[in-house]
Amino acid sequence: MGRKLLIHNDKVPGIHSLEVYRAHGGYASVEKALKTMTPDQVTDEVKKSGLRGRGGAGFPTGLKWSFLAKPEGVPRYLVCNADESEPGTFKDRYLMEIIPHALIEGMITSSYALGAKTSYIYIRGEYFYVARIVEKAIAEAYEAGWLGKNILGTDFSHDCYVQVGGGAYICGEETALLESLEGKRGNPRIKPPFPAVAGLWGCPTVVNNVETIAAVCPIVNMGGEEYAKIGIGKSTGTKLISASGHINKPGVYEIELGVPVEEFIYSEEYCGGIRNGKKMKAVVAGGSSVPILPTELILKTAKGEPRLMTYESLGDGGFQTGTMLGSGGFIVMDEDTSIVKNLFTFTRFYHHESCGQCSPCREGTGWMEKILKKFLNGTANESDVELLWDIQSKIEGKTICPLGEAAAWPVAAAIRHFKQEFLDIAKSKKFVDVSHYDKLYKVRA
Amino acid sequence: MKVTIDGKEIDVPKGTTILQAARMIGPEVAPPAMCYYTKLKTSGGYCRTCIVKVTQGSTANPNPMPKPVASCRTEIMDGMVVENFISPDLLEARKGVVEFLLINHPLDCPVCDQAGECKLQDLGYENGSAKTRYEFKRREYEMIDIGDKIKLHMTRCILCYRCVKVCDQITDNRVHGVVHRGDASEISTYIEKIIDNDFSGNVIDVCPVGALTDKTFRFKQRVWFTKPVEAHRKCTKCSGKTRVWLKGDEVLRVTARKDQWDEVEEFICNECRYDHKKTSDWTIEGPSHVNRHSVISQNHYEHLNDLKLQILKQQKALGFMEINKRP
Repeated sequence: MGRKLLIHNDKVPGIHSLEVYRAHGGYASVEKALKTMTPDQVTDEVKKSGLRGRGGAGFPTGLKWSFLAKPEGVPRYLVCNADESEPGTFKDRYLMEIIPHALIEGMITSSYALGAKTSYIYIRGEYFYVARIVEKAIAEAYEAGWLGKNILGTDFSHDCYVQVGGGAYICGEETALLESLEGKRGNPRIKPPFPAVAGLWGCPTVVNNVETIAAVCPIVNMGGEEYAKIGIGKSTGTKLISASGHINKPGVYEIELGVPVEEFIYSEEYCGGIRNGKKMKAVVAGGSSVPILPTELILKTAKGEPRLMTYESLGDGGFQTGTMLGSGGFIVMDEDTSIVKNLFTFTRFYHHESCGQCSPCREGTGWMEKILKKFLNGTANESDVELLWDIQSKIEGKTICPLGEAAAWPVAAAIRHFKQEFLDIAKSKKFVDVSHYDKLYKVRA
Repeated sequence: MKVTIDGKEIDVPKGTTILQAARMIGPEVAPPAMCYYTKLKTSGGYCRTCIVKVTQGSTANPNPMPKPVASCRTEIMDGMVVENFISPDLLEARKGVVEFLLINHPLDCPVCDQAGECKLQDLGYENGSAKTRYEFKRREYEMIDIGDKIKLHMTRCILCYRCVKVCDQITDNRVHGVVHRGDASEISTYIEKIIDNDFSGNVIDVCPVGALTDKTFRFKQRVWFTKPVEAHRKCTKCSGKTRVWLKGDEVLRVTARKDQWDEVEEFICNECRYDHKKTSDWTIEGPSHVNRHSVISQNHYEHLNDLKLQILKQQKALGFMEINKRP
């Protein structure tokens, strides 16, 4: 059994209430930080822990915190990115739904470290009921004196607010999130300046994922060095993985970073193998935007080493033979899955979610969707594969925000590893039934 | 601060963007820009045509930047080395951006009032390919009147946000913005509202394509048959310095004066723009200098032979038969 630090209490009845959460050791990190540590010491512990952003990019959290500009007389903000919109990812929802106080505790401790008097939790619109749960938890925390003026009798005061978004994928991009939080259209800003210098209302801001903020609590409780002992190399600590797809036991699992991918998929403790005794065909390891890998490459790297669930091991071989840990949205596909159909689903999503600010993403995502629709309609030609490849290469890296890449990578990887499947469909001119898509969305092509 | 663009070095003050530095050197290194506008704050960064390759970030950090950057929004660092026209990769990337801008743009240049002074035409001519790879139905919208003098033809829009910035920054009571998202985005006004202020006409001048056109000039004349002259009048609202487009003695339209980069020098008021269509209203200073780089000029002036060769080459590459060899 791997160690669990975030959701070890998730089966305790009533853990969503402050009373039960407190009885199981909750809010200990706030007590420890506020009473015995200076803000800089908390930041140091996070630095020592080697915690990396759990939202997808994997940027070291301590380093991000240390970039925060601290000019005199200007407020600083902590914003929690709970706009978990990457398809295949649902770990933050689980955490907020079951143990909302873990997030609030992390918000208070992190805000103390950053010197933020106000913090915001930006929750996506689709998680409306989750927002209610978190709001209720915040109200409880206010009542018990964990939030508000002079927390625990110290001179640290903190206010935490929940803001519900409109339900846009793009608002998970930190600057688009800030725009949306300010009440504007959720368009990503052009960087620099980065939020650490000019973020929310032009003030220095740190934007962190739910899981990252929640992970600050065990780090403060056990000490950064102790936390860094879990995991391998630069991938320290535990990570929540949202496992879905054709597996026996889909769900949210907390793993110690460094678990072999093979063990994660086939062991009873985690996914429990492929359902119906089928063979595995491919895995999307970190949410829909990371490159898809076929079975032989997800289980073993190109060098023949077993692949582990770490940032480095999954990234081994670059995009040629590797992928990314991303947000931990682990989607497993069995042998019957059509990669082209799956890619169409992803691409349709990115087309639908593009904000329309910059031209490569606005026009390119729609174009790719239409070409993939041709494959499904049985009207595609073999040259369309080349065209698709060319379009994705012209979107990647030319856009304001990473949505362009997120849309281009899955297309590139699917063609890189499963080109024959595209060619076969183009040759056979067979119609693939996608009528259920048309019922759900109006597909233009 | 020193910056090298396409091998040409220049010393510029801190805070200058790559695009501005390139324009200081000259048109031979200046990247094209469809959305950036010097006089509008926070403009630029959207169209991605001005992307450049930074092969050395600065003297202090000589690493190249991993991706092409939007030159209009990237400030230069001391010792930066930038590649624009000398980098084949970058030109290929720019060609991609131009293709994206064109896939949903209608091919209605023959009936578009902007033709001849259209930035997208020029851009497509310089960086586009002769044949489209896009085989789907292009995006279409109904034409809308915004105010009694401005026509919005959203089908032609490339979403450069310049008009949004004009309405935001040089006029009050903003009623104009972008609605919807992705490739369904459109420029629009608040429901039932029109743009009603003294400087609203400037959105026509900043529009790089024919999406916003002057209703008093629509379908009157092709721009290349009109003669632009610099003129002025006494105006209480603006400087009164304008460019008047004449056909014979008739004033067909009035626009703001534009500089070398096709950007407005001084924004003008609606009174000057729409209400003074008599030659006697204006003191004419002299003929305007028109930059002869547009598509239309190409056909008429010095490069005609080059152009014919180029077209022939492209046609051959596409498998067209030469006209005189056709059966």
